[in-house]
Amino acid sequence: MSDLATSALPGAEFSGFVQVREAGLHGMITLRGDLASGTLAAALHNATGCALPAQRKVTRAEGFALAWMSPDEVLILCPYAQAPALVATLAQALAGEFATVANVSDARAVFTLSGPGWRDALAKLCPVDFGAMAEGDIRRTRAAQVAAAIWVSGPQEVHLVCFRSVAGYMFDLLSTAAAPGSEPGLYA
Amino acid sequence: MSYRLAQGGRLINRAAPQTFRFNGKSFTGFAGDTLAAGLLANGQMLVGRSFKYHRPRGIVASGAEEPNALVGLGSGNSFEPNQRATTTELFEGLVAESQNHWPSLDFDLLAVNNLVPQFLTAGFYYKTFLQPRAFWKHVYEPIIRRSAGLGKAPAPEARDPNRYEQIYAFCDLLVIGGGIAGLQAALSAAQAGARVVLWEQTAHWGGRAPVDGVEIDGAPAQNWIETTLAKLAALPNVQLRLRCMGAGVHDHGYVLGYERVTDHAPDLDAPRHRLWRMRARRIITATGAIERPLSFAGNDLPGVMLASAMRDYLVNYAIAPGREVVVVTNNDDAYRSAIALRKAGIGVPAVIDARAHATGPLPEAARALGIRVLTGKGIRKVKGRKCVTGVEVCRIDSKGTAYTDTFSCDAVAMSGGWSPVVHLWSHCGGKLLWDDRGHFFRPDPSRPPLGADGAGFVQVCGAANGDLGAVLEGAHGAGQKAVSAPLTPAPAQEKLESEAPMEPVWIMPRRAEYDLRTKMWLDFQNDVKVADVQLAAREGYHSVEHTKRYTTLGMATDQGKLSNINGLAVLSDALGQPIPATGTTTFRPPYTPISLGAIGAEARGATFQPLRKTPLMDWHAAHGADWEPVGQWRRPYTYLRPGEKRHDAVNREVRNARENVALLDASTLGKLLVRGPDAGKFLDMLYTNMMSSLKPGACRYGLMCTENGFLMDDGVVARLDEQSFLVHTTSGGADHVHGWMEDWLQCEWWDWKVHVVNLTEQFAQIAVVGPKARVLLERLGGMDLGAQALPFMGWREGKIGGFDARVFRISFSGELSFEIAIPASQARAFWDRLMAEGADMGIMPYGTEALHILRAEKGFIMIGDETDGTVIPQDLGLNWAISKKKDDFLGKRGMERSAMQNPLRWQLVGLETVDGSVLPHGALAVKAGLNANKQAITEGRVTSSYFSATLGRGIALGLVERGPARMGEVLSFAGEGKTRITARIVDPVFYDKDGAKQNV
Amino acid sequence: MLVLTCPYCGITAEETEFKPGGEAHLKRFGPGSSDADYESYMFNRKNPRGVHFERWRHAYGCGKWFLAARDTVTLEVFGTYRAQTTTPPADLVATIAQKRPDWEGV
Repeated sequence: MSDLATSALPGAEFSGFVQVREAGLHGMITLRGDLASGTLAAALHNATGCALPAQRKVTRAEGFALAWMSPDEVLILCPYAQAPALVATLAQALAGEFATVANVSDARAVFTLSGPGWRDALAKLCPVDFGAMAEGDIRRTRAAQVAAAIWVSGPQEVHLVCFRSVAGYMFDLLSTAAAPGSEPGLYA
Repeated sequence: MSYRLAQGGRLINRAAPQTFRFNGKSFTGFAGDTLAAGLLANGQMLVGRSFKYHRPRGIVASGAEEPNALVGLGSGNSFEPNQRATTTELFEGLVAESQNHWPSLDFDLLAVNNLVPQFLTAGFYYKTFLQPRAFWKHVYEPIIRRSAGLGKAPAPEARDPNRYEQIYAFCDLLVIGGGIAGLQAALSAAQAGARVVLWEQTAHWGGRAPVDGVEIDGAPAQNWIETTLAKLAALPNVQLRLRCMGAGVHDHGYVLGYERVTDHAPDLDAPRHRLWRMRARRIITATGAIERPLSFAGNDLPGVMLASAMRDYLVNYAIAPGREVVVVTNNDDAYRSAIALRKAGIGVPAVIDARAHATGPLPEAARALGIRVLTGKGIRKVKGRKCVTGVEVCRIDSKGTAYTDTFSCDAVAMSGGWSPVVHLWSHCGGKLLWDDRGHFFRPDPSRPPLGADGAGFVQVCGAANGDLGAVLEGAHGAGQKAVSAPLTPAPAQEKLESEAPMEPVWIMPRRAEYDLRTKMWLDFQNDVKVADVQLAAREGYHSVEHTKRYTTLGMATDQGKLSNINGLAVLSDALGQPIPATGTTTFRPPYTPISLGAIGAEARGATFQPLRKTPLMDWHAAHGADWEPVGQWRRPYTYLRPGEKRHDAVNREVRNARENVALLDASTLGKLLVRGPDAGKFLDMLYTNMMSSLKPGACRYGLMCTENGFLMDDGVVARLDEQSFLVHTTSGGADHVHGWMEDWLQCEWWDWKVHVVNLTEQFAQIAVVGPKARVLLERLGGMDLGAQALPFMGWREGKIGGFDARVFRISFSGELSFEIAIPASQARAFWDRLMAEGADMGIMPYGTEALHILRAEKGFIMIGDETDGTVIPQDLGLNWAISKKKDDFLGKRGMERSAMQNPLRWQLVGLETVDGSVLPHGALAVKAGLNANKQAITEGRVTSSYFSATLGRGIALGLVERGPARMGEVLSFAGEGKTRITARIVDPVFYDKDGAKQNV
Repeated sequence: MLVLTCPYCGITAEETEFKPGGEAHLKRFGPGSSDADYESYMFNRKNPRGVHFERWRHAYGCGKWFLAARDTVTLEVFGTYRAQTTTPPADLVATIAQKRPDWEGV
């Protein structure tokens, strides 16, 4: 009954020196398999219109994105309601492959950070050189005490994905890091 | 008495007076003052009492090395003890109080310690207070408690209202220290294109050069500083940061920087401190040098200051330390202070120079100003009680039995030479050399700290490198070398008067008699004197690290910044060996204390640690949840109704689950998808029982062991299809088991075709439990949940009430039970629907305590209760879950060990107290008699114990030696004190022994 | 705090993003093995001053296990490599032998 589905922190928002917003329900599918396989790349392209991403990159097409997660894993981003059907399509296309497709949309929370100060805010939480990250990059890392994946999705925007159970902790972290007056002047 | 001069002061703004309070008295200073400068400007030379002897103490230094001027800063929630007045910038409304006095700063009763100094000599902790025994409680302890501790802690109820944060940063080159050497090094590296960061711990760039009158390229240093800063600021690859101290240098170029963002301006809406977690490819420390005191009797009286500090106060803040200042030195640099004081109109009756000759340009310039220079002399003692009234002078090579000259004065400037600040170089293993010319330790460039690539990653320039003359050329070279830029000639040259060599004087006079040596302070903060170190040497303390701990030399909050070299020298003299043979104590981070707030940063309050929430947590909170932490989750222990006691709530929930219908939020259960052609083979290795034979649509309970054979996790495995299994783990075990699986797949069986995906949070899991569970779910409709369609230990997928559901017919309560996995985002709506549909049936949720009681009544084990990392499945009567058919599984070899076959192992039984009461959790079963060590002999322990509402009595599970063979025996369990509780060994299944209720 | 490079995702990251896993290249001894072999597999670990091969997992990243060759005294990292091997790569062994002539070898 997906019309009753709610994200972890519906509507949560914080205005600091960057804008923090819980981005609502996103379709997310884990695909594990041999990324060098032509069948796999073709199945993904057919289903999403996206090319297979290079190491630590994200590729996009209308409504879809593919994020490199590890040498044998990509994360497919799609509209929330389309995830179950897309899982079925991919599972069928990859039936002969050693590949695993799983809907993980509900296991995650997604936040967007917008504004030129996003690097300064995230630098307070993640041991990452954000100066070396550009649009289209993704980095899996640690935000304070929990895992996070950070995708630079626009010139002044990032998507941050974490586990759903820690959405509240993550929102509090991001709000603290983006608090007005705490601009560290590192990147921005 | 100190005072403010009518003119001068390069750092103060006379147009901006600032009011502050010290010990309740109101004072006025100027913007730009430090608290120390503000106090001196108001003639407040007495600023504290010493730690042991409660001697009056004044400001001795002008920077981070200050040992005496520690104050309690702020009040109420913002009170903070042990803040150095010399590094505290003055602001309007600052409130400070002095420390270590009782009852008042001017009149201190504990100064009596001063009259019996032998009471607190070296090793006093170890020697004193031993006899007579009765004195400990009534005399020694109260006195020690009164006098112990430096400063006082904030009130227990105080809560720091400030914000703190940390930040990760990266650079090619980090330069620590913003004096002229640091500025030059940063510029030379940055102009080669490197990403450069420069930190300066004070609020000003340029370090000592402007105070010392350095000229660069024929102009005052200040001009060059400003030009260089402008060049640096214009470069996009440079970050400059004031008020940021390099606190510690750690492995692989990791540096902690302590930025005091609002200490100087508490009204700013910003984090108070920011801790930089910098990762630098290369580091240059340009941390300068610290002047050393001289050891003469009375060198700790208020008014005795470092000569360079006096110059700082004079030039930077227009402060005169007194009307008449005697300078005592073993080097030429102190003459700069004498000259500066004289030129400012302050009396300098004499410079006492320990050297036989003083003929360089600086002494000559002093003489030209009419200052009398006495050579070959030293101070015999400083006269005065709470302030300096004069000095007695004697020959430097004498015992100091008599004086040769006396001078009236109200301040003494002392200079014992300089010590490079080698702390940051040393933190990560950089080694030191003894410099015979400057008589100090300086970095040995051939033995630097080594980085990840095996190369040295720290360089040193300026005075920190022992370069007490010109520094710009060396700094330029260091900057270029650090970023592998082609070396070019230095772009700037500085000019300094030449100086004659210093002559070490560790004790003044050199053969001082005992009376004088007991009044020569080495460590001002910890009250360690020359005589203490000499005593320690006589008592056999030859290692410098031992002497440090025995005497407490260098162990105070200043970590011996002033006392280190002097102490080593005195020890070396006493041991009759050169200083390098004695060596130095270990330099440990942080360079000066950093706040706990900065260390904690965001980890406080709501973000102290992650709190994992199930999708139903808000519902629980709104319905009386009494929380229990389970790992990082928080689960309802029980749901309290208004006015209800916890015990009653738990009993109500247990009875309802047995008699009616109840809900449990089991979302925290681990859920791992294990998929691939080799998934069955893989699970057969991980579980003790056979999983590959499981049929799609069916579930099986399984046990996982470590390679030791000890039980690690348990849970139900459901086979989804030929290649897919869904593995349920314990609530706390999901991440661990996931990691365990990945470890074996990646590192041992990497050719097996198996994927593991952690779906723990994709699904909420709701257990619908009780005799009426099926009736309730049938009301929602959508799936045939009859015993035929969905038998016990089966699972089906479909819709229930329109929700996407996977239903597992498994039971951890012994009741008819459906565990329903629902996509997390639909879980709340589903739960609400169940509660609404079941309202007329009396549906209620139950918490973890009812869960535990229900399972204990059934004799089901709980990982972490019945197991503790030393328990094998056989101990728990779970032999049925250990496959005999498999050649191998993880833990099989471990179980084959002889100790695991021992018939005396403690094994699972049920326990019922004879009187029906509840056994204490963890109680030990005690046999009669004592063992060889006169200890009680144990033969078992309680692993779970509850009041069973179903049975109306206490029930327990326990591990007992040969337990299952001893059914009916009565054991004696140790209660509180000497009480014993008797309990009978019974079958661990207390309720519904044949499992009829769950299988309907 | 160390810096290590994950050979799977090419990230150079600080120690807090990794999880340590003890000595590398242990050989598993299961059912039927001698007590001595089992003991060495379960309990006996090298603790050298100098060259050491060890397991790390990129726990906050790609989740993969990798192996690192490191000097336990100087903390120099000679190299990291994928875990799907029973011996260190020959070029890494050569590098270490050159940097540490006294090293007894794998």
